[in-house]
Amino acid sequence: MKIGVVVFPGSNCDHDAWYAMSHNLGQDVSLLWHDSPSVGGVDAVILPGGFSYGDYLRCGAIAKFSPVITAVKRFAAEGGPVLGICNGFQILVECGLLEGALIRNVGQRFVCKTVSTRVETTDSPFTHLAKQGEVLRLPVAHGEGCFIAEEPVLDRLESEDRVAIRYLENPNGSMRGIAGILNEGRNVLGMMPHPERAADPLMGNTDGLVMLTSLIDFAPNDYAAAGSSAFSKS
Amino acid sequence: MKAHVYVWMKPSVLDPQGQTICHALNGLGHQEIASVRQGKYFEIGLSGDLTKETAQATLETLAQDVLANPVIEDYRVEIVD
Repeated sequence: MKIGVVVFPGSNCDHDAWYAMSHNLGQDVSLLWHDSPSVGGVDAVILPGGFSYGDYLRCGAIAKFSPVITAVKRFAAEGGPVLGICNGFQILVECGLLEGALIRNVGQRFVCKTVSTRVETTDSPFTHLAKQGEVLRLPVAHGEGCFIAEEPVLDRLESEDRVAIRYLENPNGSMRGIAGILNEGRNVLGMMPHPERAADPLMGNTDGLVMLTSLIDFAPNDYAAAGSSAFSKS
Repeated sequence: MKAHVYVWMKPSVLDPQGQTICHALNGLGHQEIASVRQGKYFEIGLSGDLTKETAQATLETLAQDVLANPVIEDYRVEIVD
């Protein structure tokens, strides 16, 4: 699979994502610079963690206007899988591909630790190889990861089975313990935990691999043929 | 022409920074401080021959699209000379 990892000025997990996908999983990974007008024919896009444009104004607020994000939005609209991790999740909510917002952690502190999360749906390109309810120990590292949304939005996310992963130990005060959500087409996932940092046996934790291998195992051609309903429950 | 733009969290959104500041002020002995909400303030200079109405409309759009995230924040634009 051809995977594009977007690099913004200030991204710092781009290399981690590249390493996990290329060295650990043997995929063809290219880096996409922020002013790239296209995603270059890749099969999947990863928006990595970091501090795009210094996180000035708000996390992801400047990144959402970058040329590559226009291309990523087009790619997502065509059903292409997009995985936003940490700052990538913040960019996805800022640019409107996902609902809600991510605000300063309750408790004010930057949280850097490994937490237990639970796979809430296997009905997505990012979790279809996981078991329903599987517990994944994943690293988090963020200051602004508290997911909030209006109650009706939260209810809709739950009823449409779009909460992909949930914290078992909530590190940031996120509403309903939400750690990651899917868009309506189920081809865009934003999550605060870092599966790419739990992908190498040397790191002592490979719980993130199931999400990355799900993405790789997912056949884009099948998805294109089935349209955006490929992963819907109906 | 100059403009001031104020951006603050909607009342329904938790503001942990404001809460922390409130606790700190209480800790200094100011028990009369009941609540604090923290926001942002932008001083914006405009050039060219603009009417106040045009500047107001432009900045309202920019506040909506860029300076504030309407999901969590409210804003106010004031044109000053």
